[in-house]
Amino acid sequence: MTTKENNWRANRQFWTQKALNLVFANPKVTIGLAIIAPTIVLSIIGSEFTSHGPLETNPADRLQGPSGQYLLGTDHLGRDILSRIFLGARTTLLIGFGSTALAVLLGVPIGLIAGYFKGTTDEILMRIMDIVMSIPTLLLGLLILVALSSSTTNLIMAIGIVFTPRLARVTRSVTLSESKQSYVLAAKARGESHLYIMFREILPNVTSPIVIESSTRVGYAIMVGASLSFLGLGSGPPYPDWGYMVSVAREHMYSSPWILLWPCLALLLVIMATNILGDGLKDALDEKNFQ
Amino acid sequence: MTQSDINNTILEVENINVEFSVPDGTVQALRDVSVSLDKGETLGIAGESGSGKSTLALAIVQYLDSNGHVSDGSIRFKGRDILNASKDELRSIRGGEIAHVAQRPSQALNPSLTIGEQISESIRLHQDIDSSDDARERTIEVLDQVNIPDPAEMSERYPHELSGGQQQRAMLAIGLSCNPDLLILDEPTTGLDVTTQAKFLDLIQDLKSEYNTAILLITHNLGVISEIADRVNVLYAGKMVEKGPVKEVFSNPANPYTQALLATTPELGVDKELRPIPGRIPDLDNIPDGCIFADRCDYATEKCETGSIRMETVSERDGHESRCLHWETAISDPIEAEESAAPSHTPGEDVLSAEKLKKYYDVGGVIQNRFFDHQPVQAVSDVSLTIRESETVGLVGESGCGKSTLGRTLLKLHDTTDGSIEFRHQELSGLNKEQLQQFRSECQIIFQDPEASLNPNKTIEEIIERPLKLFTENPPEERQQRITELIEQMNLGREIRSKYPHELSGGQQQRVAIARAFAANPSLIVLDEPVASLDVSVQASILNLLNELRDEYGTSYLLISHDLSVIESICDRVAVMYLGEIIETGTTSEIFAPPYHPYTRSLLRSIPTLDPTEDIAQIRLDGDVPSARDPPSGCSFHTRCPKKIGDICETEDPQLESVGDTDNSHCISCHLDQDQIESPLDMVANPEM
Repeated sequence: MTTKENNWRANRQFWTQKALNLVFANPKVTIGLAIIAPTIVLSIIGSEFTSHGPLETNPADRLQGPSGQYLLGTDHLGRDILSRIFLGARTTLLIGFGSTALAVLLGVPIGLIAGYFKGTTDEILMRIMDIVMSIPTLLLGLLILVALSSSTTNLIMAIGIVFTPRLARVTRSVTLSESKQSYVLAAKARGESHLYIMFREILPNVTSPIVIESSTRVGYAIMVGASLSFLGLGSGPPYPDWGYMVSVAREHMYSSPWILLWPCLALLLVIMATNILGDGLKDALDEKNFQ
Repeated sequence: MTQSDINNTILEVENINVEFSVPDGTVQALRDVSVSLDKGETLGIAGESGSGKSTLALAIVQYLDSNGHVSDGSIRFKGRDILNASKDELRSIRGGEIAHVAQRPSQALNPSLTIGEQISESIRLHQDIDSSDDARERTIEVLDQVNIPDPAEMSERYPHELSGGQQQRAMLAIGLSCNPDLLILDEPTTGLDVTTQAKFLDLIQDLKSEYNTAILLITHNLGVISEIADRVNVLYAGKMVEKGPVKEVFSNPANPYTQALLATTPELGVDKELRPIPGRIPDLDNIPDGCIFADRCDYATEKCETGSIRMETVSERDGHESRCLHWETAISDPIEAEESAAPSHTPGEDVLSAEKLKKYYDVGGVIQNRFFDHQPVQAVSDVSLTIRESETVGLVGESGCGKSTLGRTLLKLHDTTDGSIEFRHQELSGLNKEQLQQFRSECQIIFQDPEASLNPNKTIEEIIERPLKLFTENPPEERQQRITELIEQMNLGREIRSKYPHELSGGQQQRVAIARAFAANPSLIVLDEPVASLDVSVQASILNLLNELRDEYGTSYLLISHDLSVIESICDRVAVMYLGEIIETGTTSEIFAPPYHPYTRSLLRSIPTLDPTEDIAQIRLDGDVPSARDPPSGCSFHTRCPKKIGDICETEDPQLESVGDTDNSHCISCHLDQDQIESPLDMVANPEM
């Protein structure tokens, strides 16, 4: 089937073109990605290249300021902060993206089902979502973590559940308007199954709002993750994540402000970058929708 | 009004070009367009979508989008140069001296202000009326002018509380409130029902004779132009192709495009084989040299494809001009629709039949029904209808009469409230899952808006292949073959397979929807306003295609339409619906000839004809369609019926009864007896005519 192959090739070209357009047409998307992409790379391999390992303690060099040997200084146990920031990025980003992915996985089907079936199904599902949403984010996260014991996986689960209602709401509202389109009615007239109509007919047409919502969620997830881990419900020592680093640094704030500054700056940079990226995606995808 | 006096000229547009800059170049929306309009004159601008009609109107009031501008030419209004007018000057001209009544009143009116507030706003802005009492008085006066009943009370209402026709009148009232010298009506009747349209046109007619306002009427509907315009200009792809007095242009068109447009428009009472115009309107960012219509024209020669084609004078006296090198040949040997042959197929067995079908919306819960006076919306009540093999049944009625609901209920897309539907003598409610799937493969539906009915994320190939996958067990090669065959049959190019719906024109999209419906050889297709959103030239080709396919596949159609001329051109039998009930059924020829139900008669009489010389007696229905939540007692039409005979109409619901012939095919539900129905209703309805 040469035509199939050609088709596939043309398709790939088409999508590459589309992706490149998305990245470079909008400066916000470019800036956001320019910060997040290197962060991801550094979080994986960064600590290999620093002079000291992230878990290596040097009591003699504790609480030092930036120097040639320790680029960002050392913490109270004499560990290299730069190296720990790189390793901490791994947990932090994992929490951000992992919990958002979980929220998408749970929220999108709930929203699709509610928006497609409407009526009682919709009422029941959305009222449950409302209940979840009515509990303050941090409190709900705390509750779940206390119940499940604290670990990175549980942190991801907790934040994922907290963000599920928001994605369900967005998906439901676009599904509601999309299912009024006559191609959905045509599919019903063809006798398609509900699953096919929801996931094959409607879902591809509601991806833009879902992508936009989830990209802004990543930043919030990082923030909530850092807060919970600041409160001592994160991965726990000796593995660093940024929230935990801030909570440890708090005790030495007056004697050595550096160790507090670096993880805070890192958090600021990444959260801002994800928000800028989300904002840019919103503009870029909205433009596409209007054309 | 043949000789235009210079001092009498209100608007003079000379050789304007309008350009829009778009990301990949410029679109030349109008090229070398000239228009002149005298006091008290009505000029119609005709053309299909994309011809630049609305752009012309917006250029005149200098209200183009920010990426568009007039690049050449001049626009003078009462001798003043509009293109170089200051902002303040423009503000006082717009609304004060030129009123622009925009399309779609439901969107043009502000939903959070009352009608009265919106009118008096314009009055206070443009006239020396300061006190709110005076403005209010004037508001009520203009509302009265546009025949809105009980203007004082109506001015307190919000737009959504008005019917479509009333909203359009309110828009007109805003326009008229400052006694403009020029009134621009942009598609004033599009989206209105024929009966409402007819009343609106009457109103314009009255205003014309009373106030001597010049009117620029923009519409794609040639019938509307023929009814109220004095002169007509025909636009095609941003160029004026023909201008002249309406009578002259319609009876003696001198441009192949005008001729083709007239030949492709379905007309009531004229048996014509509709002639579609081949090809499509060219892209305006890449204009071919020479005559812009040449690639679709029957008369085109090599000479047509080079240089610029000038307007040629056809008749000096009338000011009839045509932009065509071959206008003389075109006049002597015009493109005309041929007479259509009578449909020759014989209907067979019953395919689908409904008995006493009811469909109510918003039925309400137990509490609502027991403790409150809850009324359901009676969208379809007691409808019986049979569709036979290879037969086309038309379902006609105004918007909101329940015709679409009936079509969808018949396909089991909605649950029924009561009554039975049988498919090939099998009750639908008793089908098991497999039988239901079988039924789904046998019955298909085609929608009004082709773009919305195709999933924007799937290629045309995927769209057409889906029913084949679902309903047949053919291997992939056979399916591919069938797709090729279908695409050919629909006159679509091969390259279309890998395209997405938004890359196609409306006509092509509808062809894809038809291909999808026919893919698995259905025995019944419900056509829900299949051509309502298409241009006339495309309409004809889709109707012809549907006709061919019916003959080839032996499929039955249920054609739902508000347009009687479309119904007449392809249907064998017709059912007329009013407020959820069928009030007349019969063969097409029976419906379109006496005896008539009074409602059918008024529908027929509301349609403007293409022949401007024809002066038909008209029937106008009073008021609006009553609410389906609370339909009138007795005969549901009695509130608007011009032939109401008395109490019996209000108390007793008439049954569908056979009239005339012995074969029981023509049935009417009316209390009038036979002679009364046959008498010319028109004279009674409008005694002053």
